Amino acid sequence: MNAPARPILLGLLVPVLLIGLWQAIAAAHLVAPYILPSPAAVLARFGDELDGGTFGSDVWASLTRALVGFAIGAPAGIGFGLLLGLSRLAGRLFGPLFLAYRQVALFAWVPLLSMWFGGGEAGKLAFIAMAAFAPATVNTWRGAAAVPAPYRELSRALTLGRLDHLRLVALPSALPGVLTGLRSALIHAWLATVGAELFLDIAPGLGGRLNEGRDKFEVDLMIVALTVLATLGLGFSQLAAAAERRSIRWRRR
Amino acid sequence: MSRLTTALAAPALLFALWWLSAAQGWLPEQLLPAPAAVWDALAETAASGDLQADILISLQRVGAGFALGALGGLAFGGAIGLSRTLRQLFDPLFLLLAQVPPLAWIPLVILAVGIDEAMKVTVIAWASFVPVVLGVAQGIRDVPAPLRELGRALTFSPWDLVSRIVFPAAVPAIFTGLREGLANAWQTLVAAELFASSEGLGYLISLGRQLFQLDLVLAMVLVLGIVGLSVNSALALVERRLLRWQAQAA
Repeated sequence: MNAPARPILLGLLVPVLLIGLWQAIAAAHLVAPYILPSPAAVLARFGDELDGGTFGSDVWASLTRALVGFAIGAPAGIGFGLLLGLSRLAGRLFGPLFLAYRQVALFAWVPLLSMWFGGGEAGKLAFIAMAAFAPATVNTWRGAAAVPAPYRELSRALTLGRLDHLRLVALPSALPGVLTGLRSALIHAWLATVGAELFLDIAPGLGGRLNEGRDKFEVDLMIVALTVLATLGLGFSQLAAAAERRSIRWRRR
Repeated sequence: MSRLTTALAAPALLFALWWLSAAQGWLPEQLLPAPAAVWDALAETAASGDLQADILISLQRVGAGFALGALGGLAFGGAIGLSRTLRQLFDPLFLLLAQVPPLAWIPLVILAVGIDEAMKVTVIAWASFVPVVLGVAQGIRDVPAPLRELGRALTFSPWDLVSRIVFPAAVPAIFTGLREGLANAWQTLVAAELFASSEGLGYLISLGRQLFQLDLVLAMVLVLGIVGLSVNSALALVERRLLRWQAQAA
């Protein structure tokens, strides 16, 4: 076995064994199929959902929901974070209030938002935007507040105006924080999307399909939905890691 | 103006605005109840003893779930951190499962173990397990090689190497994992209680929503913030205690 192949093969070993065990249990009828459907049945369900079902549009609905909420919440968070980090007065005024707000568990806002915005699309987007807002704010704030002192002195020595200082010194040195914030906001938006779909009114989307699986006791549908969620989550974190790598390369330059 | 007065200015202003809005009837009461109504709702649940009982239940759930998840995470994270073979065997599967938001497991877990305590504890345990594993494994892998070599040069047994060198050096990363695990446990508790529960703080919030009592909802949001803050501060205190030697060494 050559060296680079070994980790991959070992990593596949456990999942393959588990699926084999799962298939054996199903084949031996040890567990009723409605509790644990066989891997083949789950695969068949996946095919059905892709073929005649609404799965494609469910995935699409969840993804657009996450991105729209992210597009509302993350820029707002970056703006607020910059304000907190760049203006000492704003930081002192609103910083403690924001930190207090952060102590409340995110999902505690679900009932409130559903009363304010309804349980439909508006309520879901409000919740996702709120989930994206906080991490974007925190990281931007941290990045913007940590402009190295020598840089500030340099910009004073060069007698840069406020605007030039902002453009040439403060914003570039806040950028890594902004990027970390965007990454974290994206992950939180995705988490909140699944939560909103589980908790608020049923609508097309992966969370809705999970609820449907529970209501109808269709475990095969739930396993399909969870597998798709895992795959999408993997995609999101790969995307975020790639963005982070770019930002590090930028920092080294 | 001192720091504290500036810090209190914004909340005070916000509160004054809220109070004024309620007094002037700018927003219907169903959308924004008066501060007095929220205070009354809080006092009422506290006087009946419901509040204390529900806080206790929520804390018990977090405690049980977090304890299970953290212990499991320490064991599993330690195993895949110390042994390369175990890491290669289990890491890919674990990372794939960790990609699913913890909440998304709730419907399946309900079918598997029912809707009661077992469901909440399982989901909370899983939610805290994931970051603890990541923190422990990362912390162990990042222990500087010269430290390990030192242990070998001193002919430490494998057990001494782990308990005297690897583990203490990994403690900061382990605590990062634990802190994140506790935060996840708390988030997941609220979600699980909102989703399916007849007791606990999350339940009180969803009850307020069903009864259209926004004052109760707001009061419970406030309580959740305070309890969450206390739990986090308690862990921070433990962390400072355990890491005191590092601060002294630095």
